[in-house]
Amino acid sequence: MLYDSSPVAIAIFACFVLGVVGLSFWLGRKGQSAKGYYAAHGEIHWFVNGIAFAGDYLSAASFLGICGMIAFYGYDGFLYSIGFLAGWIVALFVIAEPIKALGKFTFADALDARFNSRGIKLAVAVSTLVVSIFYLIPQMVGAGHLIVPLLGLPYAAGVILVGVAVTMIVVTAGMVSTTWVQFIKGSLLVFFCGVLTVLILGRGLSVNAGRTGSEDLTPQVLTVTPDGRRLVNGQPQSREHDLRPVGTIQALPARYGEARSTGPLRPLEYLSTLEDSTIITWSAKRHSDEAGSHTTFSPTVRDGKDLLKPGGYFKGLSSGTLTDRLNFASLMLALFCGTASLPHILIRYYTVKDAAAARKSTVVGIAAIGGFYVLTLFLGLGAMTSGALDPTSSNMAAPLLAKSFGETLFAAISAIAFTTVLGTVSGLIMAGSGAVAHDLIENCWGLRMTDHEKVRTGKIAAVGLGIIAMALGILFKNFNVSFLVGWAFHIAASANLPALVMLLFWPRTTKQGITAAVTVGMLASLGWILLSADTFEKVYGLPRADSPVPFSQPGLVTIPLGFLVLVVVSLLSPPPATAADVEQPPVSPATG
Amino acid sequence: MRLFLIYVLLYAGFMGIVLFRPEALSWRPLGGVNLAIAYGMGLIVAAFVLALIYMAACRGDGHDG
Repeated sequence: MLYDSSPVAIAIFACFVLGVVGLSFWLGRKGQSAKGYYAAHGEIHWFVNGIAFAGDYLSAASFLGICGMIAFYGYDGFLYSIGFLAGWIVALFVIAEPIKALGKFTFADALDARFNSRGIKLAVAVSTLVVSIFYLIPQMVGAGHLIVPLLGLPYAAGVILVGVAVTMIVVTAGMVSTTWVQFIKGSLLVFFCGVLTVLILGRGLSVNAGRTGSEDLTPQVLTVTPDGRRLVNGQPQSREHDLRPVGTIQALPARYGEARSTGPLRPLEYLSTLEDSTIITWSAKRHSDEAGSHTTFSPTVRDGKDLLKPGGYFKGLSSGTLTDRLNFASLMLALFCGTASLPHILIRYYTVKDAAAARKSTVVGIAAIGGFYVLTLFLGLGAMTSGALDPTSSNMAAPLLAKSFGETLFAAISAIAFTTVLGTVSGLIMAGSGAVAHDLIENCWGLRMTDHEKVRTGKIAAVGLGIIAMALGILFKNFNVSFLVGWAFHIAASANLPALVMLLFWPRTTKQGITAAVTVGMLASLGWILLSADTFEKVYGLPRADSPVPFSQPGLVTIPLGFLVLVVVSLLSPPPATAADVEQPPVSPATG
Repeated sequence: MRLFLIYVLLYAGFMGIVLFRPEALSWRPLGGVNLAIAYGMGLIVAAFVLALIYMAACRGDGHDG
């Protein structure tokens, strides 16, 4: 669909971005030591840090992706909400305090605190970089797609805009300002989504989104010709001739009789009424011929009760094939384990004073994030029945929902979505630049640097990463955002989690074990993904059936593999020297 | 640690139902909302509750600092 770029949207948007960048310049004048740059002097208050966790974590995938998935497929988007949030339990109960007690600035420090090994530093730094980059790509892609309808700029401009803004933020002030960016973003996001939810409940449910008659069920076709022209149902695409917005209720539950609208509803009522209604949903099929690539959007009338249970997106759940079920289980496992292993989350633990503060801030984070995910269900369902969905883009579901309530709310939500990306990307670039400057250069290659030089290297690394992120964001334009985020989670969970957990809880862990586990976990999950049916189909354009691996989500295999490798290699290598902090019996070096 | 295992059981239970007894998810126990939604929301709330319990427990044990 084509969008008018509204001056209000642009104005609000500009205010947000300038405000955030300005704030970072101002805060940046304070934090110029390495500790300040990387870990905000360890002085961020736990409440602020907790909300900043939320700001960091609720990325484009959470806000735009999950709402969009629920709007088009029903319950399955909510599965991501559950999985993403549940991962915080792992973070809190297993990881939080031990990490704080161990490390200085980065995740690599934490894993290496006992052994001081170059092998570990290298492996972990590389895995941090890989995961950060994989997590960066969907954010940049999301930002690009957001900018297009918001400001009317071409896709590449959106990506570059994000890249430049974030790099400027990170370079000027490091962790202090990214923390504040996350805090502001986190609060705004949760607040405005709360407002939206209240509005959705107030509006209630109406047949055909409150319009007369019922939704036009004629399929629509979008064609892109070989020379790049875009046609809608055969005619050139224009403001007057464009795809229709979609997604409405066809019929309310019988108990409403002839009434076409329910009026305001309480939350549970909203859900149960929807379950008893029938809803018109739209899906797309693509095929190509000499005339170009055609995407046909056609409607299906579904019962609410079928939409509100799993199976809309992960079709295998109802059909019951074993590999589809393993696929689902694997994804849920990776989401569960992945949160605690994400480098840009872990790095935030170092910004508070002590373990108690780390704990409290995680609880605040869980409250904010959990509350947000509860809201996403309502946002997604509200969008599904709003009659305002763009059939080509599930990512726009949430902003378009806001638009159906008014231009101002639309502008605010779009600007917040954009700062969502700003926040996540800055956190990622921090983690990545930390990995490069601190872990790779200083620890691995052994270049001693003064505090000031460390900061400068970090900033140069940040710029470099920013450029790479922009380039990849432009290259990966047509990728499904959650697909890429899933990649990042699998790799993080396979590479980082086994090492982290075993280090914290198994004294026999050796440095070779950690190095091997991180390396194998990362390569195995990466390799599996690159060889999976999904990648074959979407990336290489090859037939799915040629893929050598049985299902697409590697977590179920690669996470245990990481653990296994760690145990085996640790047992095969000399036991760790008795360290003062570990209560193991003295071991004489029995092996050579 | 025990709290963690409690949550793992809850989470695994959810996955188990989805994988092996999908029909159960349509059951509508409270206020007309089906089990799928209730359980999902429940997991989110449980995470928060467990986190609070954990925090209170740690304070008592003197884990601070």
